[in-house]
Amino acid sequence: MPLYETVFVVRQDVAQTQVEALSTQCSDLIATMGGQVPKKEYWGLRQLAYRMKKNRKAHYMLMNIDSPPAAVKEMERTMSINEDVLRYLTVRVDELEAGPSAMMRKSDREDRGDRGDRRRGDREPRGDREPRGDREPRGDRGERPRFGRDAATAPGTEPEVEGDAT
Amino acid sequence: MSMGGGGPRRPFVRRRKSCPFSGANAPKIDYKDIRLLGRFISERGKIVPSRISAVSTKKQRELANAIKRARFLGLLPYVLR
Repeated sequence: MPLYETVFVVRQDVAQTQVEALSTQCSDLIATMGGQVPKKEYWGLRQLAYRMKKNRKAHYMLMNIDSPPAAVKEMERTMSINEDVLRYLTVRVDELEAGPSAMMRKSDREDRGDRGDRRRGDREPRGDREPRGDREPRGDRGERPRFGRDAATAPGTEPEVEGDAT
Repeated sequence: MSMGGGGPRRPFVRRRKSCPFSGANAPKIDYKDIRLLGRFISERGKIVPSRISAVSTKKQRELANAIKRARFLGLLPYVLR
């Protein structure tokens, strides 16, 4: 059976228990149509990047689904009828992630990022270093500052720069 | 324009940066990983062109797809003001 990943977005006024209930309702539906839901993941009440039907925040729920396509289609149909569901996205994937998704891993990676920042901050007042006088004079590197400016506009190269800018 | 034009006239060879999604232990492009995707959108919220981010053509397509999915779900903005 094909594998799917579904994320659905539920409006903010709904309680978490109702979101869980909705997801169990979906997984029951899939189970009755011969599929299974190996993983469900609640991402919590998240800030939306833009307003969606006047909502600034929304509940997110991820479901990994292994089921026939008809069951997924039926599940999407029920979601489209439900007015609490703002958006839903179903993606067919080659393999389902067993562990927590990138969204749940994100928090500890952010901690690591903070730690990196702190370490960078600590590095600043190192006065006890020897003066680095024995460097070659950088005469022939006129292109360098241009590149730096270019790199600053490209967030892909330096994530920390992008974080500071926003 | 930023590549070759200005600056003093001397042979300048820019080392081509390699694609951040190719090679060993490259991150997997995933629409759920907004921290990763966030690095490839500009301050205005646009997708950064691959000539700046040095992402390979194949991976850029995948990346653009992931960013668009994340935008649809409200994980990433369409415009940042």
